[in-house]
Amino acid sequence: MEECGDTNITLREFGCEQSLLSRPDGSSSFMQGDTSVLAGVYGPAEVKVSKEIYDRATLEVVIQPKVGLSSVRERLQEQSVRETCEAALLASLHPRSSLTLVLQLLHDDGSLLSCYLNAACMALMDAGLPMSCLFCGVTCAVNAEGQIITDPSAAQEKESRALMTFAVESTEHRVIMSSTRGSFSVHELQQCIAVSQKASEKIFQFYRDSVRRRYSKIL
Amino acid sequence: MKDTPLSNCERDFLLKAIEEKKRVDGRQTYDYRNIKITFGTDYGCCFVDLGKTRVMAQVSCELVTPKENRPNEGIMFFNIELSPMASPAFELGRQSELLVKLNRQLERCLRNSKCIDTESLCVVSGEKVWQIRVDVHMLNHDGNLMDAASVAAITALCHFRRPDVGIQGDEVTLYSVEERDPIPLSIYHMPICVSFAFFQQGTYLLVDPCEREERVMDGLLMIAMNKHREICSIQSSGGIMLLKEQVLRCSKIASVKVSEITELITKALENDKKARKEGGRCGFAESMPRERITALKMDETPVEMTDVMERANDIVQRGEAPVPSPVLPAPGMGQVGEGLQNTWGLEEEEEEDDDDEEEEEEEEEEKVTMMEEEPRGKEEINPFSSFSPCLRMYFLKLF
Repeated sequence: MEECGDTNITLREFGCEQSLLSRPDGSSSFMQGDTSVLAGVYGPAEVKVSKEIYDRATLEVVIQPKVGLSSVRERLQEQSVRETCEAALLASLHPRSSLTLVLQLLHDDGSLLSCYLNAACMALMDAGLPMSCLFCGVTCAVNAEGQIITDPSAAQEKESRALMTFAVESTEHRVIMSSTRGSFSVHELQQCIAVSQKASEKIFQFYRDSVRRRYSKIL
Repeated sequence: MKDTPLSNCERDFLLKAIEEKKRVDGRQTYDYRNIKITFGTDYGCCFVDLGKTRVMAQVSCELVTPKENRPNEGIMFFNIELSPMASPAFELGRQSELLVKLNRQLERCLRNSKCIDTESLCVVSGEKVWQIRVDVHMLNHDGNLMDAASVAAITALCHFRRPDVGIQGDEVTLYSVEERDPIPLSIYHMPICVSFAFFQQGTYLLVDPCEREERVMDGLLMIAMNKHREICSIQSSGGIMLLKEQVLRCSKIASVKVSEITELITKALENDKKARKEGGRCGFAESMPRERITALKMDETPVEMTDVMERANDIVQRGEAPVPSPVLPAPGMGQVGEGLQNTWGLEEEEEEDDDDEEEEEEEEEEKVTMMEEEPRGKEEINPFSSFSPCLRMYFLKLF
């Protein structure tokens, strides 16, 4: 059993704006500290015959980096985001249709995959796509001394021994996707999961506040 | 995904309105939409909003070997990306005509006009020069992508700072951003593109067409100019035939517009410089409008950690016994776990051994799959239960 010393569990400043682009059906921009991501959703729309699925909607996720062409790193992130969205979306309500989610990186200062997940969820909400639950992304880093840091910045990520991103769903705070790099013990993993579940409560409260503000009659 | 086609009544309505000198959004014939320029956190990142059209440009640099026929000049590389976010008609990976046209026009506007001093980008003649790369991403397509792209590209180039390089004899030292302040590029002039849309075989013209107007137009005239009234490039597409007076009139209009836009760009650059000097935070996050109802910001919040340790310990204790440590049955071979009783009902034991030896898995992979199993199923007691019998023995060949 490893000892867990003074932990620095804070979430950076969050910001979100919805419906900021006029062409996509749903759009959002999500900021965690300096990391910012723009998301756009089109759907349900016409799908190519080669890609259609007879009983559900086809979800396609595209991640665009800022400089250069997209590479294998973006493919891995796309896969993680797509699997999370497919678990949350009620795709069987729109058979033989396509849902396209495009994520554009604006600035990367750590916790990038969780920022993609949060922006994706807000964009899907903005587009009005039916979902069985909301989801959020939380990144935890374990540094050399064994301390757990949530929502690490790029400098903290570089010095960490292990980096874990979890997608947590909103109904029972269960983990629906995990993506890790680095070495860590079973105990550290369980601690990070517990911390992520605690942090996700704050993020879901932020989602609720955003939507409440948007549909309120008085500010 | 296909874009919705324009209906005939919409087309007729737009053309009729243009004949009566009316535009759908209430502008005059020569009016531009509101241009808003904001900058990102790092140098060289710029967002331009032309009405609802949104474009982002990012400039980056890299040291490369120069071209053989130009050993003392740096290299400029332009890349426009039509993001699928901008319009349902833009598909990833498809070289559409529009993309080629935009790329070509941007290259002619910025590269052929020699607005950047490429000789100052040389570090060691014939060996190392700076390659400046400009990536322009279209985020929302509401017409007139070319103008927005040209404004974003030139503003990002003016905003960009490259790392400082020191040369002492044969040694070249590249200083990082913390060691020495980065230096801006040397830009001679700022060419800006202005677009004119023509309707009814050149009878009517509109400046800065929006997306609907672009769909019904006959042809497009793009004039790239700088504030010194020098024309950098003219391109006419769509096969319309224009009179000489029309082209001259357009160039006069363009010079007025370009000087207005150049003033806007210089003001935006100055404001950003002042904000950075004062040490304030700059970037997309700061430029987010707070008073909008669709935007919300939350400050840094701590997360309670009261029962995290107990929960984690609880789960670990309830879980299965840990992975048995590896055993070395023979030199050069490692074994983790023990083989189970063969339940397939086969009589020959040699067959089973052959199967095992073929499945050579590495120890680390096994550990990783175990980690992934844990969060998914806390009720699952035996992590090995989902594996078939022949995979339970792992041999690690140590080379």
